[in-house]
Parts: sequence; structure tokens; C-alpha cells
Amino acid sequence: MEFAELIKTPRADNVVLHRPFHAAVEGTLCLTGHHLIFSSRRHDNTEELWLLHSNIDSCEKRFVGSLGTIVIKCKDLRIIQLDIPGMEECLNIASSIEVLSTLDSVTLLYPFFYRPMFEVLEDGWRSFLPDQEFELLSSATDEWRLSCINKEFSVCPSYPPVVIIPKCITDEELRKVAMFRHGSRFPVLSYYHRKNGMIMMRSSQPLTGTNGRRCKEDEKLINASLRPGKRGYIIDTRSLNVAQQARAKGGGFEQEVHYPQWRRIHKGIERFNILQESLIKLVEACNDQSHNMDRWLSKLEASNWLTHVKEILTTACLAAQCIDREGASVLVHGTEGTDSTLQVTSLAQIILDPRCRTIRGFESLVVREWLQAGHPFQQRCAQSAYSNSKQKWEAPVFLLFLDCVWQILRQFPCSFEFNEQFLIMLFEHAYASQFGTFLGNNESERAKLKLPQKTMSLWSWVNRKEELTKFQNPIYEANSLVIWPAVAPQSLQLWAGVFLRWNRPSQYLEEAQEEMVKIIKYNKELQDKVKVLRRHLAEIEAAERAQGHL
Amino acid sequence: LCHFFIQVENVRLLDRLSSRKAVLGTLYLTATHVIFVENGSETRKETWVLHSQISSIEKQATTATGCPLLIRCKNFQVIQLVIPQERDCHDVYISLIRLARPVKYEELYCFSFNPKLDKEEREQGWKLVDLNEEYNRMGVPNNYWQICDVNRDYGVCDSYPTEVYVPKSATAHIIVGSSKFRSRRRFPALSYYCKDNNASICRSSQPLSGFSARCLEDEQMLQAIRKANPGSDFIYVVDTRPKLNAMANRAAGKGYENEDNYSNIKFQFIGIENIHVMRNSLQKMLEVCELKSPSMSDFLWGLENSGWLKHIKAIMDAGIFIAKAVAEEGVSVLVHCSDGWDRTAQVCSVASLLLDPYYRTMKGFMVLIEKDWVSFGHKFNHRYGNLDGDPKEISPVIDQFIECVWQLMEQFPCAFEFNERFLIHIQHHVYSCQFGNFLCNSQKERRELKIQERTYSLWAHLWKNRADYLNPLYRSDHSKHQGTLHPQIAPCNFLYKFWSGMYNRFEKGLHPRQSVTDYLMAVKEETQQLEEELEVLGERLANLQKSQLGDNKVKSKQQDRSKQLRLSTSNNSLANTPQEYSNDLKSFPSRSPSQGDEEDSALILTQDNLKSSDPDLSANSDQESGVEDLSCRSPSGGGCLPSEDSGKDSDEAVFLAG
Repeated sequence: MEFAELIKTPRADNVVLHRPFHAAVEGTLCLTGHHLIFSSRRHDNTEELWLLHSNIDSCEKRFVGSLGTIVIKCKDLRIIQLDIPGMEECLNIASSIEVLSTLDSVTLLYPFFYRPMFEVLEDGWRSFLPDQEFELLSSATDEWRLSCINKEFSVCPSYPPVVIIPKCITDEELRKVAMFRHGSRFPVLSYYHRKNGMIMMRSSQPLTGTNGRRCKEDEKLINASLRPGKRGYIIDTRSLNVAQQARAKGGGFEQEVHYPQWRRIHKGIERFNILQESLIKLVEACNDQSHNMDRWLSKLEASNWLTHVKEILTTACLAAQCIDREGASVLVHGTEGTDSTLQVTSLAQIILDPRCRTIRGFESLVVREWLQAGHPFQQRCAQSAYSNSKQKWEAPVFLLFLDCVWQILRQFPCSFEFNEQFLIMLFEHAYASQFGTFLGNNESERAKLKLPQKTMSLWSWVNRKEELTKFQNPIYEANSLVIWPAVAPQSLQLWAGVFLRWNRPSQYLEEAQEEMVKIIKYNKELQDKVKVLRRHLAEIEAAERAQGHL
Repeated sequence: LCHFFIQVENVRLLDRLSSRKAVLGTLYLTATHVIFVENGSETRKETWVLHSQISSIEKQATTATGCPLLIRCKNFQVIQLVIPQERDCHDVYISLIRLARPVKYEELYCFSFNPKLDKEEREQGWKLVDLNEEYNRMGVPNNYWQICDVNRDYGVCDSYPTEVYVPKSATAHIIVGSSKFRSRRRFPALSYYCKDNNASICRSSQPLSGFSARCLEDEQMLQAIRKANPGSDFIYVVDTRPKLNAMANRAAGKGYENEDNYSNIKFQFIGIENIHVMRNSLQKMLEVCELKSPSMSDFLWGLENSGWLKHIKAIMDAGIFIAKAVAEEGVSVLVHCSDGWDRTAQVCSVASLLLDPYYRTMKGFMVLIEKDWVSFGHKFNHRYGNLDGDPKEISPVIDQFIECVWQLMEQFPCAFEFNERFLIHIQHHVYSCQFGNFLCNSQKERRELKIQERTYSLWAHLWKNRADYLNPLYRSDHSKHQGTLHPQIAPCNFLYKFWSGMYNRFEKGLHPRQSVTDYLMAVKEETQQLEEELEVLGERLANLQKSQLGDNKVKSKQQDRSKQLRLSTSNNSLANTPQEYSNDLKSFPSRSPSQGDEEDSALILTQDNLKSSDPDLSANSDQESGVEDLSCRSPSGGGCLPSEDSGKDSDEAVFLAG
């Protein structure tokens, strides 16, 4: 397909762009295969706005006389308005945008066309490999092994080719366990707590069904993860009620008689359309133009967004508490084990493991616990808060995770190497990106699409020095301790950096950020100067002493 | 020698958030404080509460463990005690009721509080904030404004200060005439003057206009205010009440200005509710704060239902309107409500704060409170219940102003010289009665009581400790902060946030565990030391290079200096306490042998039970990081109170220890 066929009006002049907190500007609008480009020339300085078509969530047009107006709502939640003179031009442009922003084929997306303008120093596709992770683990324990059972994605289509499982479990047994788990997602190691040797595994629900099916191999695997005399907790991210209902559809949960060393805890983390509805309502509330305070608070409440944040964080804290405080191991699963499960396992690691609070460590966590673990990004992030076409598999699962990380970051502002911008950047790229990292729903799809060969990895770009400085937290001090966030309603806040980003003036907050950087930078400079001077002095004095001795 | 009225042993102090964290200790009642001293631990952690902070005492039904006593404080501390004997509890209850409601000013703490300063220091302290100086700074007296001395002996208005600025063209006759036409004779007087454009903010009480009454002098007074701003041909008259309230006042012979009678005024209502609505609103919000493990919905719904943030926004909106009129339109504004001492004070001071960067400095903020609140007769004693009085007079008027400032600080992080702690401590001392500044209802009463000779000034105390109150991000040099702050007024409800640092102030477990402010202040302090060292090193180097000959006696101690400077994010210890993530760990399944049944597995136990019944599971709970637990979860303990908050001095402490 040629993009040119889809673009009947590639260019329109005298277009007026409206954005909140900016004066309206007049300029030229251009459409390319992947971008909407608006450029204006005012007092010799050119201003350009580049918008990826894939970032466009909805596009509405209306007319007053022959003046057309297009309102574009983006997946990053921004809203812009373009006034386009000429009805035909406007209609053409709107219909092009509609088509180009909803292309069916992944391979037509920008990452397959994007050529980086920077020198690639490190191939992000190879930055975080399971072998490296396992090497780290091996230095602490030999109770686990790498299994290549899924090399061709033949056992579990949503798992990576290599997984970490208890050493005493054979691949043959593993095959049987896979048959007993939803989507073949057998329990795998998610995290090893070096402090006390406790572990966290994740999986999907067991297929017990209504008649309480068992699987000896499953029981063996799960028990094998415990050290002698130790106990564990199975955290089911569904409420007991939901879990019981799942049995009718062949799913279910572990019967404690069959897993005597394990206790089950049910938590109620919501999924799918409930989360999507919540996001839609929240964003609607944030964009509400009314002046009424009561309405704002009741809309915020009715969106339930913060309730979800609280529930997810609480569950993650509980998992972390079981591991660190109760000295127990943990298995986490919901239904498929691709959504709430991953929220819980990844957040628990941020609480427990200081490494996950560094930039590289966090990237590695996203790769391990989201991308390789088979969170279906392409389905979940296909649309955002403004889309009219509601598919049932869209859900802001990853955004909720990032929101929870932000809540912890806010409570421990000195314990993270990265800043809020880093999280916002990940949110943006999960929904629309020039990089291939978040394309596809799992490693199997990524391999079929040949993403590592055909697209650039987000990490190749982010981990360059120039980019990294934007995402570094100036007041970071490595904190080796477990960090326990507060989860009371008073302790959680709306993530303004994402949800109010386009609705509030940002200059004063940016200024505060700059000031912070300045304070730290000046301090470092002085430290260096003092060091140099001290050494210099010591040298002179030593030389003099030597002379004195002569 | 200090003595205490009551001493009760084996009292339990409960933690509101966690029933597991109760501590045993001894309760003392002194003439000024309630003191709880923890048993056992070598630190003997103490909790001190001033009687004047107590807002309510509630004796609850006796249980098997004893008699619970709930003490709620005006600084939002909530103390839950369980006293073993019913009789002791009753005694404590009766005594506290008496002690918390003094009837004479002399009973208040500031008359016995002795920070061990000599007379001269005390007098210096009172001179720190000088309103004459402040009016001069604003640029008055000048061609348009002068001091009037009609109120020299409080002869015209007893709730006004003796020295009031009025337009030059307003003669004594006009002022007195106008005062007779205003509630409690609070005639229009200058609150803020903008020397850049001559626009001013004046304040008064409502006119006694009823349905049709007029007063020539009052009309001349407003005309004089307009004339004092030659650049503008009208003034705004802002009535900060809801229109309905103002109309209702007409029936009582009061009311608001009729535009037809006053030449060149534009009249405007900005509805801020009265003190009774505000008192109830705070009450409702505090009930939400006190909820035990509320859901997000409970909390947000309760917050909305309290209306608190709506009221805060109404006050801000009024302040923003006035600041805009003055700064952008260059139009003078006369502000009033009913008596002109509550909403008017709030709105004038918010507007001043927006208009003038000086008020965003530490010193300037003290001046602002002194000017708009203390000097103009805000009824501190009645509003904050310092002496036993009519509970219907109590209302969190200045608390709301303080919150408005905090909301602005959140929006403009570099615009204020002071930090959140400064605001919290001022709020605390409005109620503490430890310093004389906020005693009584008017300047007249304070002079009669000879407050300045008999008590100390809070401002001097805060100024002495100003290092604690600095905002490290403050940028006075920045052009954006030189002039008026422009808060967003377009749909901005979402910018108003619940202030847990104030209303859940004593529940440290709810707050961020690391403070950016403290961290940056530590860095800045280190930076300063580095600057000094750099200078010393530079000098030594220069000396050495000059006297090439080895005169190296100057071997100094500086080497060891910077080693101690390693910063630490002091709250790391706090980082290490898990919260109760599941309602007393309810989701931890039962360890009882009745297993196998799904329903059973949802059975729930507290961690205590879990530990005792299964040592295996609790074996790991004493890990390295757990050590710090003690210090960070006390509900109200010493560590939480800023040192001076407790108001204890060494005498008392020694006594207690012995």
C-alpha cells in the first residue's frame, strides 16, 4: 500500500493551531505517511509540531461555514484543535488522519520506517537478555535452572524462549504443568530475594475446573520452590468470588489440601474494560471545563482510578511483606497472568530490590516482567482514553503500573535514579513510538515480526548519555533498604504529570526542577574544586617538606 | 517548682492506624501540659500536649482493658489513651475539661512560658515586625494617603488599631461619619497600597444601609478612595459574602452598597460562606481524616461532602479577583464582609500575597499576618477558643488562609522563601497560646493586658530558627517572582489538593518518607561549607606560593571537615516500616489446621496472632531494617513534634526525669 493514496491533501496553508496555554498560531499543515506536521513561522523562529498518526486516539471534525475544524485527541491525552480553511481540504485531511491513525498492519507502523538520527552505541534489543539475569541469580543460589523448553514458543506462546524454573523439575514435567495452566503459563521465577532467599513466582490460573482437577507435576513444581520447612503464599489477584466463577469456565485456583505448604490470599484487582472505563472517566473529569469543585471531586471519585491504584499497590506491598517480613515465598497469579499478575510482581520488586529503582534496573524490570512476560501491549495500548471504538482487550494496565511507581517515587523522592519524566516517557512510547520495543503482544510475535532486525529499540535511544540526563533524578541517593509505601487514601495522589499535563501551566514546576538540578550541580562542582585544591596543596606541602629535609 | 495535678501509671497510648502499636506509660497532668511518658525504653519517649491545644475530650465506654479517653487537638493531633481505672479516667477527664477551658487570660501558657531571654531580648523580639515600617515600605504616607489619628484612643472603632491609613481627602468628619454607617464602626481603611500604579486594597465592614439608608460621609469616603487613585475612574466594592446572606442582612439594617448611591463604584459579590459553615466543613473533613482504613471512595466522597476545598477555592478566587483588579486594571478595591474581620482578612491577605513578593518572604509573611489579621482586630480569642467561650464563635478562619498559602506554594514551588513547616508551626502557635502575638480579640485588649511586657513574640522565635523554615527552591531573583503571581483561574479545581501534611500532621505513616526540602537544605548547607573551605584553601595556596619557603606550620584541621558532611536522607528509617496493607493483615490466611476448604482460606488473622501461633513465619521479622521501626511509628511521639512545639523547657524535663 502506498501512503500517498491515503493522503489526498498533503498540505494546507493558513491553518490555525489551538492548544491550551499557548496563543493560537497560524501555519502550514503537512501530512506524511506517519506524521502530522504543523509548522508556523513567527518573528523568524519556526515552530514545529510533529505528531505521530499512531498517537492519535480520536479525530473529530466540524464546520462553521467553509471553515473546518479538526479536534485531535491523542493517546498521550493531549488535545489540539486545527482550523482548516476550505471544506474539501478539511474533509480530506480528517479522513486521512482517521485511516492513518488506525492502520491494521503492524508492519506499516512507523518503527518499520524509522531511521535513527543518532549513532547507535548499544543495541537495546540485546541489552537485557534472560541469560544475564540468570547469571546474576546463579551467584546467589543453585536451586534454579534455565529451561529452553519454549525455544520455538511451542509450549507457551506468550512466554519467552528461555525461562527460569526450579532445578529439580524436568522439561517433561514442565510440559504437563503447562497443560494444567491457563494459556500454558506455568509457574516461573520472577524474583529472588537475596536477603533471605525467598522467591516470587508468577503463572496463570490452574485449570482445576468445577470438579477440582489436580496436576501432580504442578504441585511438585510449586512445592519445589520452597526450601524445607518453609511456607508460601499464593496471591490470587482476583477476589474469591471471581476466582470461584472462573471454575465454571475451566479455570480456578489452587486447593489448599493439594498444596499444604501454601496459603491463598485473594485480592480484587480489576481488569480490562473496567480499567478502560475508569481511564475514560478520569480523563473526562480532568478535561472538565466547569468551575465546580464538588463536581471535580465526585468525578474523580466516580472514575475509581485511584481505587485501582490503591488496590494494586496494596497487593504488591502484601506480596513484598510476605517475602521480606514473613520470610515466605510467593506465587502470584490472576486469570491469564499477563496483567494484574505482572503489576503485582513488578511493583513488589521495586519495593524490595534497590536495583529496580535505578534506570537500567527499571528498564530491565520492564523488559523481564512486562515485555518478555507477555503482557499484550499491542492489544492493551491500541487505544487510549478518547477512542470511540471500544475493544474489550484494551486496558491501561501498564499505565496503572507506572502510576503506582510514581506514587512510590513521590513518597521516596530520593530513592529512585530516574525521575517522573522517565515514567511519562515510557507511557508515551507504550502507546505510540518510533521504536519497536512495545510492538507485538509477546516475544513470539516480536520474533515473527523480526522486530530486532527491522526496528530500533527504545533502549538504544534512551540509554545514550544525552537522553539519560533528562531522566535522571538529581537528588538520587542509592537506598539499599526495602521501601514500604503508604497506601492510605491521604497518601495517594492523582498523577498530575500525566493526567493534568496538558491542562495546567507547567513553567513553575519545570523551574523548580531546574533549580533542584542547579543546586546539586553547584554542590558537585564545589566538591570537585575542593578535592583538586586539597590535592594540589598536599603536593606542594609534600614537596616543601622534602625540600626541608634536604 | 512545677507540680502536676495528676499522675496515672499504666496508661496505654494507642496508635490510631495500628492497634498493635500501643505503648504503655505514665500520664501526667501539669498546669500547662498533658504529658505521656513511655515506660521501659531507655529513651523514655515523651508526648507533650498543651492544654490550650485541646479542642475536645471524649470519655468512651469502659472496656475490659480500661477506660478509653479520646483527646482531639486544635493542631489536628488525636490522642487515644486507655486508663486502667475508671476513677482515674474520670479524674483526668474532669481536670482536663477545666484545664482546657481557661477563663482568664492570665491562665494561658504565654504568661508562664519563659524561654530564658532577658528583657532587652524580649523587647527586641517584639520590634521584629514593625507595621509603621511596613506602610513606609508600601509607599505611604504620600500625596494620597495619610495616617489618621481619629482612632488614637480607640475612640472611633475599638477593634481597629490606633494608626490607620486613609485617603488624604478624607477628613475626620468624613471618617467619623462613615464609621457610624458601618457595622462596629469599622470604616474603610487601607490594607495594601500598590505604589506602581496607586491602586489600593481597602477594607471595612458592611454598610448599615438596610433597604434604603444612605450616608453622605460614607459615600464621600468611597469617593476619596477612588480619588486616591487618579488613574482610575471607579473602584470595585467586593462583598465577600454570598449574595443571599448579604441581602438577609438588609432586614437587620445592614447590607451592602447600592451602586446608585455611590458614584463610580462597581459592586461585586464573591460568595465565601460564613464562619459557621466553615466550622462544620472542617469538622466533616476531620471526620474523614479520622476514618479507620477508609477506601478511596470513602475518602474522596467524604472530602467532597465536607465542601472544604470548595471553600478554599472560593477564598482564593476572591483573592485572585482583587489581585487582578489592582495589578492588571489598576483599580482600587474596597473589600468587606459582615464585620470585616474574617473573610475580609482572608481575602485581603491572599490578594496581598499574590501581588507583592515581599509577603512571600519569611519576614514579609509575618508582617502580613500582623497587618491584616492582628492589627485589624481579627478575633483570635473567639475564633480559636483560647479562653472558654461561645463555641459558635470558633471557626478555622486563619487555618483557611494558611491553607491557601500552601496551595499556592504547591503551584509555585520557587516563589516562597519559607516552606510548609513554617506554615504548620504558625498554625500550631495560633492555638498554642505560648506566645502573646495572637492573644485577645483586638489591639486595644492586648495593650490593656500589656502583652508585650509580659509575653514573648512568636515572630522572634521563628526568626531565630529560620534555617528550619527555608524553602531551598526559593528564587527571589527570578523575574517571574518579582511581581504578581498569576494562579490559574480557568478550570483549576484539580489544582486544589487535600493537605495531609496539616490535617494528618501527626500521622507520619501517611506522608512521603523522604523530604525533598530537607535533602536540598542539607545539600545547600554542605555547599556553603564547601565555599568556605574553598576560600581557606585558596588563601593557603596563595600563601604557600608567595612564601615559597616552607612555612608549613599552618597545618590545619580542615582536612577532617568535609568527611562529616556525608548527606543522608534522614528519613530512611521511616522507609522501613510496612504499613498495614490489608486491614490488620486480615488477608493473611489462618494458620489454623482447618485447611483445604476455600472459604476457610479467606479466614483472617492479625499479624500478632500469626506470629504467636507460628514462630516459623515470624522468624524473619527482626531483620536489620526492622530495627528502625520503633522510632517511626509512634502516633505522636517526641520525634514527630518540632522541638519547640511541645513547649517544654528544661526545668520541667528535669523534674520529670527525676
